[in-house]
Amino acid sequence: MEFAELIKTPRVDGVVLHRPFMPTVEGTLCLTGHHLILSSRQDNTEELWLLHSNIDSIEKRFVGSLGHITVKCKDLRVIQLEITGMEECLNIASSIEALSTLDLVSLMYPFFYRPMFEVIEDGWNSFLPQNAFKDLESMTDEWRLSEVNKDFSLCPSYPPLVAVPKDFDDETLKKVATFRHGGRFPVLSYYHKKNGMVMMRAGQPLTGTNGRRCKEDEKLINATLRPGKRGYIIDTRAINVAQQAKARGGGFELEANYPQWRRIHKAIERYNVLQESLIKLVEACNDQSHSMDRWLSKLEASNWQTNVKEILTTACLAAQCIDREGASVLVHGTEGTDSTLQVTSLAQIILDPGCRTVKGFQSLVEREWLQAGHPFQQRCAQSAFSNSKPRHEAPVFLLFLDCVWQILRQFPCSFEFNESFLVLLFEHAYASQFGTFLGNSAAERARLCLPEKTVSLWSWVNRPQELERLTNPLYEPNSLVIWPSVAPQSLLLWEGVFLRWNRSSKCLDEAYEEMVHIIEYNKELQTKVNSLRRQLAQLETEDPLLHTP
Amino acid sequence: QKYYHYVHLFLQVEQVRLLDRFSNKSVHGTLYLTATHLIFILHHHIASVEKLSLTTSGCPLVIQCRNFRVVHFVIQRERDCHDVYSSLLRLLRPVCYEELYAFSYNPKQNDQQREEGWQLIDLGAEFERMGVPCDQWQLTDVNRDYKVCETYPRDLYVPVTASKPIIVGSSKFRSKGRFPVLTYFYQEKKAAVCRCSQPLSGFSARCLEDESMLQAISKANHNSRFLYVMDTRPKLNALANRAAGKGYENEDNYSNIRFQFVGIENIHVMRSSLQKLLEVTGTRSLSMSDYLVGLESSGWLRHIKAIVDAAVFLTRAVTVEGASVLVHCSDGWDRTAQVCALGALLMDPYYRTIKGFMVLIEKDWISFGHKFADRCDQLDGDPKEVSPIFTQFLECVWQLTEQFPQAFEFSEWFLLQIHEHVHSCQYGNFLGNNQRQREELQLRERTHSLWAFLMSEKRNHLNPFYSPAYSEAHPVLEPSTLPYHFKFWRSMYHQFDRSMHPRQSILKTILTLKENSRKAESTLQALESVSTLLHIPPATSRLPHSGSEEDEQEEVGEEATESTDTERTVEGSSGTESRKQSYGELEGTYNSDLVKEEPAVVSLEFGVARMTC
Repeated sequence: MEFAELIKTPRVDGVVLHRPFMPTVEGTLCLTGHHLILSSRQDNTEELWLLHSNIDSIEKRFVGSLGHITVKCKDLRVIQLEITGMEECLNIASSIEALSTLDLVSLMYPFFYRPMFEVIEDGWNSFLPQNAFKDLESMTDEWRLSEVNKDFSLCPSYPPLVAVPKDFDDETLKKVATFRHGGRFPVLSYYHKKNGMVMMRAGQPLTGTNGRRCKEDEKLINATLRPGKRGYIIDTRAINVAQQAKARGGGFELEANYPQWRRIHKAIERYNVLQESLIKLVEACNDQSHSMDRWLSKLEASNWQTNVKEILTTACLAAQCIDREGASVLVHGTEGTDSTLQVTSLAQIILDPGCRTVKGFQSLVEREWLQAGHPFQQRCAQSAFSNSKPRHEAPVFLLFLDCVWQILRQFPCSFEFNESFLVLLFEHAYASQFGTFLGNSAAERARLCLPEKTVSLWSWVNRPQELERLTNPLYEPNSLVIWPSVAPQSLLLWEGVFLRWNRSSKCLDEAYEEMVHIIEYNKELQTKVNSLRRQLAQLETEDPLLHTP
Repeated sequence: QKYYHYVHLFLQVEQVRLLDRFSNKSVHGTLYLTATHLIFILHHHIASVEKLSLTTSGCPLVIQCRNFRVVHFVIQRERDCHDVYSSLLRLLRPVCYEELYAFSYNPKQNDQQREEGWQLIDLGAEFERMGVPCDQWQLTDVNRDYKVCETYPRDLYVPVTASKPIIVGSSKFRSKGRFPVLTYFYQEKKAAVCRCSQPLSGFSARCLEDESMLQAISKANHNSRFLYVMDTRPKLNALANRAAGKGYENEDNYSNIRFQFVGIENIHVMRSSLQKLLEVTGTRSLSMSDYLVGLESSGWLRHIKAIVDAAVFLTRAVTVEGASVLVHCSDGWDRTAQVCALGALLMDPYYRTIKGFMVLIEKDWISFGHKFADRCDQLDGDPKEVSPIFTQFLECVWQLTEQFPQAFEFSEWFLLQIHEHVHSCQYGNFLGNNQRQREELQLRERTHSLWAFLMSEKRNHLNPFYSPAYSEAHPVLEPSTLPYHFKFWRSMYHQFDRSMHPRQSILKTILTLKENSRKAESTLQALESVSTLLHIPPATSRLPHSGSEEDEQEEVGEEATESTDTERTVEGSSGTESRKQSYGELEGTYNSDLVKEEPAVVSLEFGVARMTC
């Protein structure tokens, strides 16, 4: 297929662009296969380059022959285009619509994008499972890396390599896989160095209505317990939801079969409930005519903050079991690809200082989201402005980032990265020139040959000039476990995402600059002081005369 | 312990438990009552965490403080509890001002220092700074003896064309005699912000002197042909007042005025709004939904927004249109004070400095007779007179600091300190209801000034992001008043609930860094001078100096170590923290590991305490 077929009018002059808190730009609008470009053709005037895949929905209306196109983006930005001439406007609108709703992955921009920068380190090789396992091996010998899924046949959503208890061979794993939803048998998610406790994740057990059991499954997870110790199973579904799952062949671990485990149910919302929540929240944020009461009531009705609180609370609970109770934890929901990953990844941020560095966080996203089989392509196909009925869309990853931001706000000196890094990940999960978030699983990414055909987001991010922008100037490594407050008064609306385009950030940006300046100035001074003192000390040793009393 | 022998002990109760408000933790200790303080000494250990059953463990005593601290005691014997309760009741209700802490508070200053403290703020100089008196505005001595209006200060500024008969006539037509006077002069456009109380217009009454007064204010500004009259009340309230012979200006009787209601609710609505807010936020295991619903139904943020909206209206009228504005409500000492002060803060960068903010409070709140004694319940008064009007003003300022992080010289700690001392009654500034009363109480002679204390602590209250250049470039602030810009002020209403706050404070970190930089600068200077000395080549000249050089070096060395050793503390992320948090499910399982905590003292001033039993 040629993109040209979809582009009815490639170029229109005299188009006026309106963006909130930015001056109006008049210029030429160009449509290419992947971009909507507006250029004023003047020096120093900002141009607009918008990926079609970033466009969530468009609306058009006419006042006489003047057409107005409202473009609503997945990053929650809303822009207006004024196009003279009904035909041009209609052509542009339908072209944008066609280009922004292409389903075929191989037509996506990452397959056409060529990096304009020097790749220092290929991000596709930065976080290989075998390297992560080396770290684990240095701490414990109780785990092994299994290749049982190397052709993705046992579990299509797992990566080729997974860490499992050492004493269990691949044959046993195959049996366990048949007992877990989507073949997602329990695998290692996190090893807590401090006390040797572990966090595992899996799909729900397929107990069904007649309470099927699987001895191998029981043995497998029991193998992670210390003698005489109990473990915790955190089921991310409310008990009634878990009960209902039995009718469809799913279920939960029965006490009788898992006597060493205490099961805790938490109610984390899923799928379209979350998508609805996002849509309502963004709607509330974008309506500027609200009174205070209406705003608060719409914010409440969106349930977004409730979702944040619930996810964070569950993650804290998991972390508490591991660190405070000294118990191992198994986390699962239904498929084990959404709320499960929110919980396991957030718990690691709380427990493991390594995850709070730039590289560590990338590694966490790679391990606990991409490799762990979160279906990014399905979940992020549409954002808050979509008119179509949601199918698989859900802001699961965005909620995770929101929770990370909440912890970052409470421990502003304990993270090596800043808010911009989180916003960047949100943007790229929904629309990107990089291949990192394409596909729904490691298997799909392998099939699409992404490492060969596309550039990794990490290749771009891990360059000094980008890192500088994304690094938190307040960072001081903090080796402790960080316990966030989950009181509603402590959880804030993430303005950097949800009000980003609705407020002027000038004052806040300038204050941030000032903060960076204060910190840098302090560092400079300290360096000067230290070097002078060293020089003086040297003089002192060189010249014994100085020592005479 | 010795300290407590110096003060007269009213009561001492052993074996009292202090409960944490949001968790199941409690601490054992001894409770002491003195004439002015309630002191609880926390013992060294933390008790095992267990579910509390109030009937078996003792008699609960909850003390809510006006600085939003809530202290929950459990006293073993009911008789003791009753003794504490009744003693507190007696102590909490001083009948005369002399019983208040300010009269016994002694910060070890001599009379001269105290005198200087009171001279820190000079309102005459402040009006001069604004450019008053000038050809259109003059100082009038009409209220020299508080004869025309006893709740106004002695010195008042009025248009030069307003003669004494006009002033007196106008004052008779205004509630409590509070006739229109100048409170802020916007020099750039010669526009004035004036304040007064409502006119006694009833359904049809008019007063020629009052009309002339407004005319005079209007005429004093050549930039605008009309005068805005802002009635800060909701229209319905103003209408209701007409039946009582009060009301609002009839546009037909006053030439060239533009009348405007802005709809800020009265003291009773504000009081119950705060009460609702505190009820909601004081709930244990509060759900997000209940929190947001409660925030909405309390109406608190709606009221805050209404005040900021009014101030923005005032600011636009003055700075953009160049019009003068007369602001009033009913008595002109609550909403009027809020709107005038906040408006001036938006218009004039001076009020956004530490000194300027003190001046602003001294002017629009203290001197113009905001009834601090009644509103803050300093004496045993009418509970219907109590209202968080001044707290709202501080919150409005905080909301602005959130939008303009570089525009204010002070941080929220400054606002919290002021709030604390408005209620502590430790300093004389806020005692009484008006200047006349303060003079009668001889506060300047018998108490200390808060401003001097805050000035001496200035460094703690600085906003490290403050940029005078920003204020120069943006003298007038134009805040957005869209609802989502108003946030719940956690640092105020939960200031003592530490578990709810960020464990690491950016403000504190940056302040420390700035302080370190300041020290490093001087160290650097010293080091540089030493090294220049050392680089002087002739060996002969070095010898005689060497002794002194070394001394200096040592000194410098010490200082530098000190500054580099100032570590940033990672607060509260240790193991003990998770127990302060409740994530559900696992509560009550931590009996095993007890952690020692340093003893602390909870000290409450009666001025801020209210009690429920």
